[in-house]
Amino acid sequence: MPRNWPIPLVLLGLLLVFPPIASATGLEFYTGLVTKIMIFALAASSLNLILGYGGMVSFGHAAYFGVGAYAAAILAREGVSSAWVIWPVAMVLSGLLAFLIGAICLRTRGVYFIMITLAFAQMIYFLVVSFKQYGGEDGLRARRPDFGLFELSDTTLYYLTLAVLTAVLYALYRLVNSRFGRVLQAIRENESRAATIGYPVYQFQLAAFVIAGVLAGLAGVLMAHYTQYASPNLLAWQQSGHLMMMVILGGVGQFWGGVLGAATLLIVEEILQDLTIYWQLGVGLILLLIVLFAPMGIAGLFGRRAR
Amino acid sequence: MLNGVQFGLMLFLLAAGLTLVFGIMDMINLAHGSLYMIGAYLTATFVGITGVFWLGVLLAVVGTALIGMLLEFSILRQLYRRDHLSQVLATFALILIINEVVRIIWGSQPLLLSAPEGLSGPIEILPGLNYSAFRLTIIGVGLVVAMGLFLLVNNTRVGMWLRAGASNREMAQAMGVPIKPLFTLLFGVGAALCAIAGAFLGPILAVQVGMGESILILAFVVIVIGGIGSVKGALVGALLVGIVDTAGRAFLPLLLSQVASPEVASNLGPALASILIYLLMAVVLFFKPQGLFPART
Repeated sequence: MPRNWPIPLVLLGLLLVFPPIASATGLEFYTGLVTKIMIFALAASSLNLILGYGGMVSFGHAAYFGVGAYAAAILAREGVSSAWVIWPVAMVLSGLLAFLIGAICLRTRGVYFIMITLAFAQMIYFLVVSFKQYGGEDGLRARRPDFGLFELSDTTLYYLTLAVLTAVLYALYRLVNSRFGRVLQAIRENESRAATIGYPVYQFQLAAFVIAGVLAGLAGVLMAHYTQYASPNLLAWQQSGHLMMMVILGGVGQFWGGVLGAATLLIVEEILQDLTIYWQLGVGLILLLIVLFAPMGIAGLFGRRAR
Repeated sequence: MLNGVQFGLMLFLLAAGLTLVFGIMDMINLAHGSLYMIGAYLTATFVGITGVFWLGVLLAVVGTALIGMLLEFSILRQLYRRDHLSQVLATFALILIINEVVRIIWGSQPLLLSAPEGLSGPIEILPGLNYSAFRLTIIGVGLVVAMGLFLLVNNTRVGMWLRAGASNREMAQAMGVPIKPLFTLLFGVGAALCAIAGAFLGPILAVQVGMGESILILAFVVIVIGGIGSVKGALVGALLVGIVDTAGRAFLPLLLSQVASPEVASNLGPALASILIYLLMAVVLFFKPQGLFPART
């Protein structure tokens, strides 16, 4: 158990009682916002696994996120209504994609790795946009699927996302503290040393890459359910930058980095959008200040105090 | 084919600045595309004010270079010693900021920038073959600038300092090379190159917010293919990308329609053409992970 284990539990409790309180006080809008935050928290945490713990700066993470969303939307368009089919198919697809891309990209290092992951994400983007029957640049509307057990309304989607996020975070927590996670961090710290000790560096990195891809795909599926729409923007390179921003903002390689970053960035964006149409200016300024003056992110600020 | 060369040379102007900053200062500058955008906007503005295309371009190039040097001096200088991740993020933030500032100053409507009058018509370059005079001018300007850059880097004292700074910054500094002003100057040169590209591509493409981002990715593809830090690599890479991209767009749909149904061809053709350059990059990196002309061994 980590030292400050009550905080996540309290947070979970608050999130559980949030929707009824919000609807009782006429703030249903915020249930949607929190759902969106949780979805991005999931995606950012998956990126944090490879970026923070694995030291692999992937600039193409939106590819898996978007492919998950498009898989859900296209299956729905083709008449598949059961979520029990859509979810596994979308996750397997994004996992496969991550496997293929990772297998090639992980041969390169450093700046070249950043650029080649970006290149592959761009290829996926242009490929998807070219399918006119699936909306092309307009994106694709996607009905919410059928779960059999319950109706997928805004509220149940909220709880579903919360459940998925909780489960994934727990699994990730176990993962980064397992032998696998330790080896991954050892590779980040010193690749040749890890290789000398006898760990198959390439296989470990590829495995982490695929896990991150699957989780990002899952986040993409939830995103498609949330907006009932798959947009090419989900695949664009700005989206990859957005996810990276969240991880950096929250704290690279800090366990709660992805969650904190997603929550902070989306809330700040929401506030700024209310204030001014030039909200990106504010986001840019804040981001610049964070990078210049708090390189460890928000989680890093807390961590320093706790130490 | 000529369109490919013309596009390739303009890409080279962007990529050359990027590769110098990247290779010599070891700094990833995503905001490079924003300087290109600023260059195009300034050109449109100055041409509007003065009414003379060449004067407008000149003013815009000087203005963009000054803005670039100001950026380097105030913000980017802090980032040289940081890891690439911080640089990517900080310059990504700069993109957002610059985009919004441009939108505040010039509005979100695309600006109209037309080619100078004397060059707007076609001219006959070979008997029976007409080609746009403006595009031909672009090729000429691109070649002249490329030559100038080669001379600057390989045959002058400043170029020697630059190469010394690139291979070992501390040592060069110890030997009396003024590294800091040099890097600021270099950044200004990179910005000026961006502005030239922006000024000449502006009349062909549209002058609008976000124009920098799409071309920035292309410029990165170019320098990765060419080998980071190598001006020669940037030239070869840019021409390669320019020709492959233009040729792909022109011929792939035709080629596909030979083997597949017209509907499939018209859908898949443009997509494949867009993918082609990324495929090129992936293949190059797969076989030569350091690019075609590695600057450092």
